[in-house]
Amino acid sequence: MSAAAESALGASGEDHFRYVLRLADTSLVLGQRLSEWVGHAPALEEDLALGNIALDLIGQARLLLSYAGRIEGRGREEDQLAFLRDAPEFYNVALAEQPNGDFAATIVRQALIDAWQLELYHSLTASADEPLAEIAAKALKECRYHWRFSCGWLVRLGDGTPESHVRAQEALDALWRFTEELITPDALDVRMASLAIAPPLAAVHGRWEARIAAALKEATLRQPASQHYPWHGKSGVHTEHLGHLLGEMQHLQRTYPGATW
Amino acid sequence: MVSGPTSPAAAPIERRVWETLEAVMDPEIPVVSVVELGIVRHVRRADDGRVHVGITPTYSGCPATEIIARSIREALEQEGLSEVVIDTVLWPAWTSQWLSEAGRRKLEAFGIAVERSPSRPLACPRCGSGAVERLSEFGSTPCKAHYRCTGCLEPFDTFKCI
Repeated sequence: MSAAAESALGASGEDHFRYVLRLADTSLVLGQRLSEWVGHAPALEEDLALGNIALDLIGQARLLLSYAGRIEGRGREEDQLAFLRDAPEFYNVALAEQPNGDFAATIVRQALIDAWQLELYHSLTASADEPLAEIAAKALKECRYHWRFSCGWLVRLGDGTPESHVRAQEALDALWRFTEELITPDALDVRMASLAIAPPLAAVHGRWEARIAAALKEATLRQPASQHYPWHGKSGVHTEHLGHLLGEMQHLQRTYPGATW
Repeated sequence: MVSGPTSPAAAPIERRVWETLEAVMDPEIPVVSVVELGIVRHVRRADDGRVHVGITPTYSGCPATEIIARSIREALEQEGLSEVVIDTVLWPAWTSQWLSEAGRRKLEAFGIAVERSPSRPLACPRCGSGAVERLSEFGSTPCKAHYRCTGCLEPFDTFKCI
């Protein structure tokens, strides 16, 4: 590595690198979580659906991690970034790392994130960062049908049997506090928006909220009151669950460094 | 929308590459070539003499993309072209509109229906009946959904329109 490459990443480059990692890590961690369902879903169709959504998310993460590696310019590629970073260096939203729980909890988590990714990627297709806009356009098509799946199940569970309604409502009540960081901009979000790399989060917030409110109404579920949750995964401050997830995901590369297929 | 050899006057090496690619089949649906599938975006010779082949994934996570890149490399190596660079092209994103007409016909003959637009009704690839219902928006590969014909009762795969 040349000294020039090492110093190439100034303050704005570091911001840019971290912002792309936030997007990448949310897809990667959620994809890893969903893949835990493979072979365990309630029906074959749902097993295939969850596995396919996991594949899309991991594919998006690969594109984004490769791009982050190019921004960083230190020779790290997707594999090093996925398998050789520790939890505090992951910047996914904490909602993505929450355990699968029952099928209702997985669907609630998925619907909350799908609606958010859908609106965020929609805005990112107009990013001043061209490679990011291209990845967003690709991801957006996939997010659309992920949302059709999770929203459809949210309505079926919420407006289903008394048992499925209770489980969906309990999951929503438990996970709602993690939505705060999806819609609350921090300093990095603001700096990225000022460079037109990212959209102002307020615009995403409004559209996300409208989408979720309409789905919850149809699902006869009650939207919980907003709850302040000061620890933000997107700044690298995670719940204990991420460490366990990474322990499994990174085991092979940590144990046999450089192993390939 | 598939771009074949860019023009009759295309450089001979580029024409040869396109012709070779027409025989590289999709690893999961071996009746259509990567050209018919609409995932080859460009073939050009760079100033350094190396041939660049631009391919686009159908879906971000499509596991076949890497196998396709390897098959392309191997096919061109057999043609004596070893200095090949595979470029990943993301824009414009692939949709089922990129399938060639010949590709569609081959898929249908193979038993895979092709959704042409979300509003245009599908027909069963076996009996031709329009009485079909969707079983799942997700199928055996990321690019396919699962349907059933209520006429002949056969289930079938459908290339999704995204």
